[in-house]
Amino acid sequence: MAAALARSLAPAALLSVDAVEVEARARLFASRSIKRDAKLWALDLAIRCTDLTSLEGSDTPGRIATLCAKALRPDPGDPRIPSVAAVCVYPAQAAEAATRLHGSPVRVAAVATGFPSGQVPLDIKVAEAAEAARVADEIDMVMDRGAFLAGRYPAVREEIERVRAAIGVRHLKVILETGELGGYDQVRRASWLAMEAGADFIKTSTGKIHPAATLAVATVMLEAIREYAFATGRAVGFKAAGGIRTARQAVGYLVAVNETLGDEWLTPERLRLGASALLNDVLMQIAKERSGAYQSGDDFSQG
Amino acid sequence: MPTSPATTSARAESPVAAPAAATASGFAYAAAPEATDHIRLRDRYPLFIGGGFEPPAAGVHHPTLNPATEEPLAEVAEADAADVDRAVRAARRAFSSWSRLPGARRARYLFRLARLVQERSRELAVVESLDGGKPIREARDVDIPLAAQHLFYHAGWADKLPLAFAGARARPLGVCAQVIPWNFPLLMLAWKVAPALATGNTVVLKPAETTPLTAMLFAEICQQAELPGGVVNILTGGPPAGRALVRHPDIDKVAFTGSTAVGKEIQRTLAGRGTRLTLELGGKAAHVVFDDAPLDQAVEGVVTGIYFNQGHVCCAGSRLLLQESIAEPFLRRLRARVGRLRVGNPLDKNTDVGAINSREQLERIQALVDSGVAQGAQLFQPACELPTRGYWFRPSLFTEVAPAHRIAREEIFGPVLAVMTFRTPAEAVERANNTRYGLSAGVWTTTGQRILWMAQRMRAGVVWANTYNRFDPAAPFGGFRESGFGREGGPQGLAAYVALR
Repeated sequence: MAAALARSLAPAALLSVDAVEVEARARLFASRSIKRDAKLWALDLAIRCTDLTSLEGSDTPGRIATLCAKALRPDPGDPRIPSVAAVCVYPAQAAEAATRLHGSPVRVAAVATGFPSGQVPLDIKVAEAAEAARVADEIDMVMDRGAFLAGRYPAVREEIERVRAAIGVRHLKVILETGELGGYDQVRRASWLAMEAGADFIKTSTGKIHPAATLAVATVMLEAIREYAFATGRAVGFKAAGGIRTARQAVGYLVAVNETLGDEWLTPERLRLGASALLNDVLMQIAKERSGAYQSGDDFSQG
Repeated sequence: MPTSPATTSARAESPVAAPAAATASGFAYAAAPEATDHIRLRDRYPLFIGGGFEPPAAGVHHPTLNPATEEPLAEVAEADAADVDRAVRAARRAFSSWSRLPGARRARYLFRLARLVQERSRELAVVESLDGGKPIREARDVDIPLAAQHLFYHAGWADKLPLAFAGARARPLGVCAQVIPWNFPLLMLAWKVAPALATGNTVVLKPAETTPLTAMLFAEICQQAELPGGVVNILTGGPPAGRALVRHPDIDKVAFTGSTAVGKEIQRTLAGRGTRLTLELGGKAAHVVFDDAPLDQAVEGVVTGIYFNQGHVCCAGSRLLLQESIAEPFLRRLRARVGRLRVGNPLDKNTDVGAINSREQLERIQALVDSGVAQGAQLFQPACELPTRGYWFRPSLFTEVAPAHRIAREEIFGPVLAVMTFRTPAEAVERANNTRYGLSAGVWTTTGQRILWMAQRMRAGVVWANTYNRFDPAAPFGGFRESGFGREGGPQGLAAYVALR
């Protein structure tokens, strides 16, 4: 067991994280003052990196159609506003989303592997991911926190590897659900494990657990990505998800990525913000920055 | 290696190259200057004596400059021996009534001062940044809030002195001469004034020549608070004013924060007199990083330790001792991080490193850095752009440093880090203690027992574990050896202002 652990985790992953300092660093990111041109640039990027999300038991084809329309043209009144990166839905809604988005640059992401708990037999998880990958461009799988917290790291790794193999060339995002891991050291360890197992992206949260994404957790994951890229030469992407509702929060994540990984990561290929309520606040801030006045929330369509 | 951190780091290994993101980022933060239109500085500040503003006897003034632009901000008076005498007499007169005031009444004045500092915090932060060159973020988030905290903390002690000194009666000393440095002007003022007033002393304070303005704003605050005249007197001026103050025959206590050379001169001056003395002098702190430390966060601690306030910090972690087994990965991270520091306009809210306080200090830093290069150490500086006017110095770090090099022994008081390595904890302690100073030290490790082992053995007044440059009014601060004696903050700090019977 110990030998397997040593093989599966590079030394850097065994390094610890200091909570006080990482939270201080996150506060600095949040306090950066991003104004005028820089703000417009960042908000445009935030839209282009958004995974517009609806993950509800009540999702219907009609609801998904509305979501896709919003994803394609977040603000139909302003042609300068770009499309989002992807819509993120349950596997059962992926086909509807794919139809609606056909021919557009907006991708379809489907959650999988027993989202959000992951408490489903392994073969079913793999089958679900493979099925979803037939229509979705990207698979957001949940890491098996039960196995992780029980210390069964090789099992966690093997599961990610099997899903990786099952979805072929599709983009794999691994959701760590950091709010359940019990500390920054564990976040760092899980990040490393997921990257070694073949994740294209590591993602903070399902959005179903509180706390979801925080800037401090993001910082820990970004530092792990930086170290992994240095050690292996492979660039893994980062997705923050859950609780990101304001433009100011979104800009905080962009600052953290910029100051930890650099501008090579400031692209939808390597950075995503998973959100359902963020988009309209970003649109409102853009309009305010351009016109100097705030508009009513009703001036922006619902997603 | 197609990806960024790899290439960035590879480039950062060369001593002169800048990390790519520092120069070529698509995410260029727009200028975000703090507003200054609410600042109303007088053209000329007189002395603050006996509760009123009075012109200096000799009528001499000198300008105080903005070190980021070299432009004058205002003129301040140059106090001479006659002014010192007037101020000491005013303080002596005020002492008889102030020292007899019930503690709770003194507390009320201190609470008022603390609240007024909070109320005027924005103005004080901007003026601190303008006059001293420090980043507005630090003035706003550290200097001014901590100054207010010190006043609040000591206000709380004023009516509880019997609890601080159980079994003894604490009596004030009398008139305290206080001379403070230019690195944390208002904060050092608060460190000095708050315990003195809480214990019933009166004060003649001399701020540093290059940073007098927030002290003069504090004089206004004393008036706003209706503090009895003469309890706080503030004399601006250069070294002659300071000399005249500590030589005055009618002072009962000298508290000095500044350079070791001046501290020694003061001690010689006071030799053979009953005048009480506390000195908070220089430092050359060791920052020790073990191989089990949280490296990414230790990098943050090391950066805070040496580049905070341009390294103008007596407790700056200016000697970095790395366990040899992690030296390479640590330095890779550190260089990349230093390359991302934003150097420039102190009033910009995104500035990490501001202006050097004075031309004189800039020349001192440059001379010591030159000596490091000449003695064979390897210099790394990011290629950040510096403004054309004003006093600036790139954040710097030296590797290949020998313990005998000047940069490893002398206090630089600038943004310059000397990196050395060690093999065992015992060697780390030996290296850390191999200095004339003993103000502060830092240790980074996840092993709890090693923190305690190191803290017991490092000769330093403050040992920070897994953090650095954290201050709290309840924690006594002060040094060993040539870093001085006496403590500021906590009950120990109060003890420096009372005679026990």
